[in-house]
Amino acid sequence: MPIISYREAIRQGLREMLRDPKVFLMGEDIGAYGGAFAVTKGFLAEYGEKRIKDTPIAEAAIVAGGIGAVMAGARPVVEMMTINFTLLAFDAIVNHAAKIYAMSGGQVNIPLIMRTVTGSGNQLGAQHSQNIEGHYAMVPGLKVVAPATPADAKGLLLAAYDDKNPVFIAEHFALYNTKGEVPEEPVRVPLGVAAVRREGKDITLLAYSRMVQTCLKAADLLAERGITAEVIDLRSLRPLDYETMCASIGKTRRAIMVEETGIGTSIGGDIIATLQEMVFDDLVAPIRWVAGAPTPMPYNRNLERAAIPNAEAIAIAAGEMLGGEQRKVA
Amino acid sequence: MDREQRITMYRQMALIRHFEEAAGEQYGRGHIGGFLHLYIGEEACAVGAINAIRHEDYVVTHYRDHGHALVKGCSPRAVMAELFGKVTGVSHGMGGSMHLFCKENRLMGGYAIVGGGIPIGMGIALGIQFQEQNLVCLNFYGDGAVNEGEFHESLNMASLWKLPVVFFCENNLYAMGTAMTRTAAVPEIYKRAEMYAMASTQVDGMDVEAVYRATVEAVERARRGDGPTLIEAITYRFKGHSMADAVVYRTRAEENVWRPRDPIVLMRERLIEEGAATEDELAQIDNDVEQVVLDAVHFAEESPEPTVEDMHRLVYAV
Repeated sequence: MPIISYREAIRQGLREMLRDPKVFLMGEDIGAYGGAFAVTKGFLAEYGEKRIKDTPIAEAAIVAGGIGAVMAGARPVVEMMTINFTLLAFDAIVNHAAKIYAMSGGQVNIPLIMRTVTGSGNQLGAQHSQNIEGHYAMVPGLKVVAPATPADAKGLLLAAYDDKNPVFIAEHFALYNTKGEVPEEPVRVPLGVAAVRREGKDITLLAYSRMVQTCLKAADLLAERGITAEVIDLRSLRPLDYETMCASIGKTRRAIMVEETGIGTSIGGDIIATLQEMVFDDLVAPIRWVAGAPTPMPYNRNLERAAIPNAEAIAIAAGEMLGGEQRKVA
Repeated sequence: MDREQRITMYRQMALIRHFEEAAGEQYGRGHIGGFLHLYIGEEACAVGAINAIRHEDYVVTHYRDHGHALVKGCSPRAVMAELFGKVTGVSHGMGGSMHLFCKENRLMGGYAIVGGGIPIGMGIALGIQFQEQNLVCLNFYGDGAVNEGEFHESLNMASLWKLPVVFFCENNLYAMGTAMTRTAAVPEIYKRAEMYAMASTQVDGMDVEAVYRATVEAVERARRGDGPTLIEAITYRFKGHSMADAVVYRTRAEENVWRPRDPIVLMRERLIEEGAATEDELAQIDNDVEQVVLDAVHFAEESPEPTVEDMHRLVYAV
């Protein structure tokens, strides 16, 4: 299977969709500039202005315009340059895209694909460094995915294209250059299904997006101490795959929820609360929560590092839960 | 405009008036819940404008939407049933008064976030243009919406891309209870189009024929590919913002100036004066629509409610 980057995988997914004449891409700087993260580089020359639409900086109208275009029978893929700017379209996403199907009594569904870029770090400061995909994952009527691997970046995008509902895709800026095996064919990764990234028997690490890679590093650290950690990549934040989570915890009897964002600012708490009810009898310890500092992201490099969880912090928490000798882990 | 068309428009305005009066009454009886925004006084806007488009053209509107739904082809039974929250309602009882949808008639929603429907209507026009269809979108909103950012974002995009949309502002002079003159640096809404190089016009929103003519011109422009138009129709809502409004922010003297400008009375007088209709004919129409509304109320009362299963089923399309 070819090994390509997360960015290239998304490009392949978009190209596959662009075979459909009803599909067009719309967003800020996606054409002449080539995309702020170079995802659509060269697309304007290849597909033309009609299919690759540079927009004014107007997130509310980009998303709501996409909703309208869908209503008229087109299949726009709207892009918001970063997740920070999606807040300017929060009304369009939450009050409109998510609710129209229910409000119309099931007459009008909104198969709108919304792509954006999440992530904390790189000293981008408070307004360009946050993970608010969890906000959207709280909204009935939306589907929300956060791919961690190139294959998922392509496969979830294509699944979103097949879906009849609005799908919010949070790509991660730090993952665009990461590489992995991606099938050349347009293989779909179903929405709402988690993946086991690494098998283990002692503890389950639950994560999504970049934190999956961080958890895999933590699992390496734990392995040095003889602890095997199972890493679950949620992939979809709405709907959530509790079946896979419960199956893993049923085996390991311990779990840590890991999030890049500040503790208590996303869906981690909800997942933990739900799991405690579902798997209480399997657990030998309360589910732990390792997440970032609940603050606006500081610019200062050292403070920023302190605000984002790392593999060591996850390994320490795991060691504590396993007790005894294993406390020395990391 | 031929006689038949004018009579039709009279009938539609009378239907809306009777419908709204009945809705107000049913609200008082507790049969209709939530917010109820009556269109009484503004009938000429929906009737004049929607008669200027075709059945296959789209309408997007706001939360004062009963009139638009009735003119766009929704049955009074289905609209009233929606107000009653019944499964036979246009939105199957899931939307309510403020969220009337009828895909079959291309009524793509009443929206209850002020200004929220404006970019959706713009987007429908974008979809029309992208698919090279000979359609337009008639996009209704009120004077309160023009101070929202989405209004400006949408005007800019629509003019930039020459989208086939008509931005129809029903200026009833008050954004809920605050006068337009107290909230807008430029209260002449039609002037705002100039900033976006967009055609615009101000029209008497109490004169259904004037509204019709202005909209015909705008729709022709849109179909030609010459881009959007902003129409500002000056109108007046004879009732409060919603049923909860005691109307303390405007004077009775002001209301008394507007009362004689009732769009239905004006049309009736004109038709009779010009010999296009007799008093008896128009009285017969009034009686007819009264019966239609009585039937609609009866239908709504007798209709079943949606189920809890419907509620869960209607979150995601499968």
